[in-house]
Amino acid sequence: MFKTTGMAIGSMLLASTAFAATDITWWHGMGGRNGEVINEISQQFNAAQDACHLTPISKGTYEEALSSGIAAFRSGEQPNILQVFDAGAATIIAAKGATIAAEDLITGAGEEFNRENFIAGVRNFYADSDGKFIGMPFNSSAPIMYFNTEAFEKAGVQPPKTWEEFEEVAPKLKEAGYLPMTASQLTWMMVENFKSRNNQQFATNNNGYDATQGTEIIVNDENQVMMFEKLKAWADDGLYGFYGAGWADNLKPFEEGKAAMWIGSSGSFGGLQKSADFDFGAGFMPYWDSIEGAGTQSFIGGAALFAMAGKPEEQNTCTAQFFSFLTSPETQVYWHKNTGYVPITEAAYEMAKGEGYYDEQPVAEVGIQQLMLETGEWSKGYRLGFYPQIRTVMEREFNRIFSGETEVKAAFDTIQQEGNALLARFAKTAN
Amino acid sequence: MTDTPLNMVEADQTLVTRLRAWWSGETANPAKRVQFDRPLTPWLFLLPQLAVVVIFFYWPSVQAVTSSFYLEDPFGFGATFVGMENYADALNSSEYLGTAAFTAFFCVVVTTLALGIGLLMAVKADKVIRGAESYKTLLISVYAIAPPVAGLIGMMFFDMHMGPLKDLAAFFGYDLKVGINYWDTATALIVIAVWKQIPYNFIFFLSGLQSVPVSVREAALIDAQSGWRRFWDITLPLLAPTAFFLLVINITYTMFDTFPIIDVIVKDKPANNPMTLVYKVYLDGFKGNDIGGSSAQSVILMGVVALLTVLQFRFLERRVHYG
Repeated sequence: MFKTTGMAIGSMLLASTAFAATDITWWHGMGGRNGEVINEISQQFNAAQDACHLTPISKGTYEEALSSGIAAFRSGEQPNILQVFDAGAATIIAAKGATIAAEDLITGAGEEFNRENFIAGVRNFYADSDGKFIGMPFNSSAPIMYFNTEAFEKAGVQPPKTWEEFEEVAPKLKEAGYLPMTASQLTWMMVENFKSRNNQQFATNNNGYDATQGTEIIVNDENQVMMFEKLKAWADDGLYGFYGAGWADNLKPFEEGKAAMWIGSSGSFGGLQKSADFDFGAGFMPYWDSIEGAGTQSFIGGAALFAMAGKPEEQNTCTAQFFSFLTSPETQVYWHKNTGYVPITEAAYEMAKGEGYYDEQPVAEVGIQQLMLETGEWSKGYRLGFYPQIRTVMEREFNRIFSGETEVKAAFDTIQQEGNALLARFAKTAN
Repeated sequence: MTDTPLNMVEADQTLVTRLRAWWSGETANPAKRVQFDRPLTPWLFLLPQLAVVVIFFYWPSVQAVTSSFYLEDPFGFGATFVGMENYADALNSSEYLGTAAFTAFFCVVVTTLALGIGLLMAVKADKVIRGAESYKTLLISVYAIAPPVAGLIGMMFFDMHMGPLKDLAAFFGYDLKVGINYWDTATALIVIAVWKQIPYNFIFFLSGLQSVPVSVREAALIDAQSGWRRFWDITLPLLAPTAFFLLVINITYTMFDTFPIIDVIVKDKPANNPMTLVYKVYLDGFKGNDIGGSSAQSVILMGVVALLTVLQFRFLERRVHYG
């Protein structure tokens, strides 16, 4: 709070000295170290040129940033740039007129833009069905599997690549005195990225990209139900620990060295380096060998930046310049190294590799490699309205599954039904 | 015929005179004139408060009622009139009804426990002579804790990884899983909400007890030997106005002011954990961006509160005897 105010005052002073600089603002939902890095990148942008002055403002969490952005847009006070997380993408993209497509903004300002520069995994998620970038991918992450090196040595097994392998090694890890696995945010890991890693259709209308009207979610299918029946059975056998919907509660046993594996975000790497005092490695998120065509890339998690509409031309030019600055290899590598989020362009990835960063930190490369895996028909992304609410429904049902209040199939039937009701509601709001 | 205009002139004069008299405050009841020399003065003093009420209560209420009849895209590009559909959706959803049932249950349990324990402590503290001030200060101090902080402290006790209460439950062979098991979380919510509210009730009950005249107590002492009997027949009826006031306050507290406690406990991922109706309004409106549905829910809630207030004053307040 004080920091933000201080920064705002600081930037006002700067703005008054740097004559004729165009002010633009950026609302984001990041805190802690990531929030600091955002400030550093903004300062670098301001130092790199004189024409524009960027002020980043933290609005709390991802959800709060989106809500603040919406409220501000309705009263005509929107920022130039708004950070929107993966689950909120459909909400802002469906509101045509609320944003300017990032690609149009950049080319309109006379800057260079080439979709092919971006790594395959980030190209589609925030783009329309023709592949045009609506949002500018920013902090991108992938769900990966972290493992406690010592635990696997003690058990005398290798980290699993598939869930079949997990079923083989988990009892041995348990014998060695470890809880074999925990996972944070099952909605992201075991539904969305179960779909992407196993190349499974998530929703009708091309995963929701082609139309809002009539889009229906697909979650009570045989494979999805099987994944959770396995999880429930593993939990009952003490092979998997479920600690509710909270991210940190599920991470804790791994940080304490009690759990051998944790399915988390590639963006958690920076934090884990500080909180875990043991050697850990990482691998791709497991998939099912038994499912045909599985082993494809995962969806990108994290968030993208959206240029809000209704701003003067010279401010939009500044926003475009900042987007270009953000995708420059130098900025991307700086962001990548300081936060653990993956670089979003091929050039940035090559640069980090050339610097020998991955020789020092092999874990940092896992996320991007997973995003660069083969693209399957259904691994590009999904576009579902009111999706944050659908996630809430899933979280509720998952808790019921693991507390034994309901059966897996019944839970997914409920998610299917309530999810479709929410999608139908969303279709009515989008005109 | 000629009388009429004359009368009118007379009437005009009267009106002007009356207005003048009204303005100078001559017509006002002498008892009131003592305080305000101009009839507009009280309104002037009321104005800031009225402005606050209108801007922060009536205006948003009207907006909530209006948008509850529409389905709106979050950015405000289009609103479709859907009549009562948002209300029907809410009232037909088993999840919403479940939340409503929990809110009612939560309200009854928290209010009963907070009032009961507050009263018990006040009665006991009232009798303490030595070190009375220290007891009172200790009991009251919890009130100074802000609800989110109370939630955080409570959560530390109930934490599924390091909470001492989890260890205590494990000692008795129970696996306490706050955040996963619905009723475990409900228990944690109730304990924290009650703990936070006891001091407030304690202060009011204690001051209520201390205003019971000593002569009345002494007279009762002669009539009845049983302490319980004296409390039931004399003290409690005299405490009734305080208790009624506290009842209203406690119900408002459980329905609305427990929001931060719930927010801290469910860590903005409610999953299958219990929550109150207010929290659901926030969740659907601010997290889900469903403005129409959220507005309908808040209008329903407004109706419930209005009904409760009417019931309280009609049926309960009549029984309260104000000394």
